[in-house]
Amino acid sequence: MSNEKDNQYLLRNRPPSERLVDVGFKNLAVILASMVAVVLFLILIIVFRGSLESMGRYGWQFLITSDWNPVDDEYGAGAAIYGTLVTSMLSLLIAVPLGVGTAIFITENIIPRQIRVLIGVMVELLAAIPSVVLGLWAIFVLEPIIRPGLELLYELFNWIPFFSTPPMGPGTIPAVLILVVMILPIITAISRDSLNQVPQKLRQAAYGIGTTRWGAIMNVMLPAAVSGIVGGVMLALGRAMGETMAVTMIIGNSNNFSISLLAPGNTIAAMLANQFGEADGSQVSSLMYAAFILIIMTLTVNILAQWLVKRLSLKY
Amino acid sequence: MASPYSNRASDGIPDLSYKPGLARNVGSRILTFIAGIFSVVAVLPLILVLGYVIVRGGSNISLVLFTELPPPPGLDGGGIANAIVGTLVVTVVAALIAIPVGVGGGIFLAEYSRNGWFAQFIRFGTNVLSGVPSIIAGVFIYGTIVTSRVLFGNAYSALAGGMALSILMLPTVIKTTDEGLKLVSNDLRRGALGVGASRFVTIVRITLPTAFTPIATGVVLAIARAAGETAPLIFTALFSPFWSDLLSTDGILAPIASLSVLIYNFAIMPYEFHNELAWSASFVLVVMILGLNLLSRWLARFAAK
Repeated sequence: MSNEKDNQYLLRNRPPSERLVDVGFKNLAVILASMVAVVLFLILIIVFRGSLESMGRYGWQFLITSDWNPVDDEYGAGAAIYGTLVTSMLSLLIAVPLGVGTAIFITENIIPRQIRVLIGVMVELLAAIPSVVLGLWAIFVLEPIIRPGLELLYELFNWIPFFSTPPMGPGTIPAVLILVVMILPIITAISRDSLNQVPQKLRQAAYGIGTTRWGAIMNVMLPAAVSGIVGGVMLALGRAMGETMAVTMIIGNSNNFSISLLAPGNTIAAMLANQFGEADGSQVSSLMYAAFILIIMTLTVNILAQWLVKRLSLKY
Repeated sequence: MASPYSNRASDGIPDLSYKPGLARNVGSRILTFIAGIFSVVAVLPLILVLGYVIVRGGSNISLVLFTELPPPPGLDGGGIANAIVGTLVVTVVAALIAIPVGVGGGIFLAEYSRNGWFAQFIRFGTNVLSGVPSIIAGVFIYGTIVTSRVLFGNAYSALAGGMALSILMLPTVIKTTDEGLKLVSNDLRRGALGVGASRFVTIVRITLPTAFTPIATGVVLAIARAAGETAPLIFTALFSPFWSDLLSTDGILAPIASLSVLIYNFAIMPYEFHNELAWSASFVLVVMILGLNLLSRWLARFAAK
């Protein structure tokens, strides 16, 4: 639509007032579109500038130390960064098989179509529930339900470092579980859409040469849909890293580093939600530094996701 | 009769019937069963969460909830009226910012520069912005608007909260406008231009109205998402136990209550009554958001006809 020729004919022989409106409207649209870029750059600049003081003082040490002591003005985000990585990775580990499995189940003709559509709608509605409501549910329902299981885990496996502390209520494992609930809809919806986009011919050809249902799924459908699925998984990873409310409410917000998954932990987003309101002085700068790290992490994951989708897309 | 088929004929045609006992068929059934279990597990959280919200939150619904202020910590009695109003106010502010900017940006992408480098760059930026964690939007508004007190000397305000939410709405609105306008047939545009309409008139009178339903669907979804967000509000709009003075501008320039922040604050309080209020607020919030989602589905189906 926008080639030069169109414009030439379009703008010829028009009254100046109309031309002014036309050009003005186009410029307005350009300005509004560039707001996206402006906001994005401003976010980076503001957070980076805010973190300069803390960056100068702690440098790379900030990433690996985990003191967080507003009284002595000593800050390090090691525990929070570790918590962010551990919770998001573990939740992916659980959510990917569940989400992709569900997507396969509702794109195959195993059960009647109406039930498949219903499952799809329900998973999508799960995505609409606000994270603060999931956090409330995690505090009062999920955590009491899984507590006996976690206690059993501690009694049986406390020789493994990951289960070496007694469960005390809030902790990393409940946070991982609520993250699974939050990212499951993303993985399911995107995997379902990419599986649906695989041409039916491929499936029929696979059946035609005598494979089973799962032979076709594993060798034909999944490889053909892999770009979309991987993109969805990366988006989910970005979401899991930045997810704030539900995690803040159930992870325990402890800045003491603990390798145990049963102990309270922290993530960068949870730390920001908890402390930003009351922080002042160099604590604000340290929180900004942590926020900057979080931005870099999620940006990397998101850009990687977009690149992977382009890279892995199969051409039929 | 030395045809290659003679051998087979004597053995009979190979047996093509389904053999349930074959290892690969058993394996296939096991995998199907596992996928079915996974689907049940995936749906379970929705049923459990909705069930608890309806039972624990819905049981306390009364008129008082919608007319009275929340009680001070430790006391009983009261409602969440100011938070309901606050959520509406903050969401409306966010929509008033995000919809014009987003629709305008989408118009640029779809109508003026479909494949130009700048449009591709903006599309990339939109994807990146939609991946920015919601708490970062809060940090950004805190760093620009709240600490600098640019809004007539006010620090925390409903306006700042709405701005933070609008950052989260913006990518969705732009994307749906872009996609919606792309679906409009080029014949309509050529027709309009052919009868002498200017580009501005073509867009405002022809393409935008044609793409109204997909755009509206996306906007409603974006509003639903913004209404439930908490993280960007906790240090921009803050919270207020009082009514906001909405008759003057002071109302949107002062801290304001919202359902989501109320749930967060009251859930971690050690008082039973406040926990119950958090459940009631969840019920109201979930009904609002699922209602908006159903509205968007209805709009989408309306468009399909």
